[in-house]
Amino acid sequence: MGNYSIFSLIKNALDYHEGWPKAWRSPEPQAEYDVVIVGGGGHGLATAYYLAKEHGITNVAVIEKGWLGGGNTGRNTTIIRSNYLWDESAAIYEKSLQLYEGLSQELNFNIMLSQRGVLNLAHSLHDMRELQRRVSANLMNGIDSEILTTAQVKDFVPIINDSPKSRYPIMGGSLQRRAGTARHDAIAWGFARGADALGVDIIQQCEVTGIKQSRGKITGIDTTKGPIKAKKVALVVSGHSSMLAGMAGFRLPVNSYPLQALVSEPVKPVLDTVVMSNAVHVYVSQSDKGELVIGAGIDGYHGYTQRGSLHVIEGQLGALCELFPIFSRLRMMRQWGGIVDTCPDASPIVGKTPVDGLFINCGWGTGGFKATPGSGWVFAHTLANGEPHPLNAPFALDRFTSGLLIDEHGAAAVAH
Amino acid sequence: MLLIPCPYCGEREDSEFHQGGEAHIERPKDPDALSDAEWADYLFLRDNKKGVYLERWVHRHGCRRWFNMARDTATNEIKAVYKMGAKPPKGVTK
Repeated sequence: MGNYSIFSLIKNALDYHEGWPKAWRSPEPQAEYDVVIVGGGGHGLATAYYLAKEHGITNVAVIEKGWLGGGNTGRNTTIIRSNYLWDESAAIYEKSLQLYEGLSQELNFNIMLSQRGVLNLAHSLHDMRELQRRVSANLMNGIDSEILTTAQVKDFVPIINDSPKSRYPIMGGSLQRRAGTARHDAIAWGFARGADALGVDIIQQCEVTGIKQSRGKITGIDTTKGPIKAKKVALVVSGHSSMLAGMAGFRLPVNSYPLQALVSEPVKPVLDTVVMSNAVHVYVSQSDKGELVIGAGIDGYHGYTQRGSLHVIEGQLGALCELFPIFSRLRMMRQWGGIVDTCPDASPIVGKTPVDGLFINCGWGTGGFKATPGSGWVFAHTLANGEPHPLNAPFALDRFTSGLLIDEHGAAAVAH
Repeated sequence: MLLIPCPYCGEREDSEFHQGGEAHIERPKDPDALSDAEWADYLFLRDNKKGVYLERWVHRHGCRRWFNMARDTATNEIKAVYKMGAKPPKGVTK
């Protein structure tokens, strides 16, 4: 793998860009690995990368059923922020944001991080108090966050409808300026390229069909490309976590739902930040191509269909036009759904399972993209040491037995 | 958009309904006797199945009555609806 630079660009321009090396190999699986990571999305690839880079464990395979980043990594609205309410969440999401800030340099791959700010709107006194509480909590945790008045919101986003006569008038907002967006595909590709260069085998088009254990200890997995032995197995499969856990003989407190998003036709730059509203239920940003990227809440019932119901889109577009009347004549170009794995307390599960040597990283629900590097970083530590890092220790599976839940519905909700 | 056959009202759009999660989860008869793990199992652990799933629905903006439904979560095909307290029809298993 060559280093990407201005010089490699010039060199490859000379032969019409036909000589670029592949960004990663596509090896056949070996018979045995120290660690097998199931799931080649952002979280799995980040785990593999940090396992090799931070812990020197390179005899690792990433097994992916489809193609890299073809699941939720490529199906989200690319929003990154760390303004969570509780200390445990703030710590892990802030770690992730800090890793994002250095990631393009670290991976030698442009992840197109754009710290354009994320603005959360309040439409009632209660909303406003909740935002003030969250901003105060953020400041106590050293996370940049500030309250804006309605006039400041209008100044920050001139196209927003600040009329006091709206059905849900804007009463203010909270802003995290270091938050923003990044290129979702680049996260998967950058981590894959980095992990591959350190010796990790990335195996695509390979579905796991069974998890093998002996006397409560993991021994390997069965796949559509044959059995693979492993000392440790890590499940990082988001929406399908319950199925993989089922193969290993235990249940999870996870429910899977379709979450939809859609993009508009491209228009000239009109929105230079991310705007979210829990109350009217929509969030929107503008991509570098000019398309509006629009998301909202999950569909109301369990499903694995990777699409969703039209009336959910109707609701979020109604909210969008309420906030931005200027968008009312935009046409929508594409719509898609991802299967999100939600937990009862809207917080993830990262750590050990009842099976010795089997680890799980799931339950990120509707907001996993922003956590990608942080999740991989703590999960790599967990895999390497057999015990969680202090950052992910509170997110253990056994919190549902102990009762130590981390209720992030307020900070998560729609705007996750 | 699903077309859901409410057992009381007939077919209606799914925006009239609300899903209430997995069906046939019984509240423990003697709660005081449960261990923490058994409570966790009752409160939080779910099958979350890909395939035919038995779930509770309420016709919120209609007759407001609860019923059970068997739906394939991979295709959204509705296999059966049946009343609260009834067992799933033959051929539909949990």
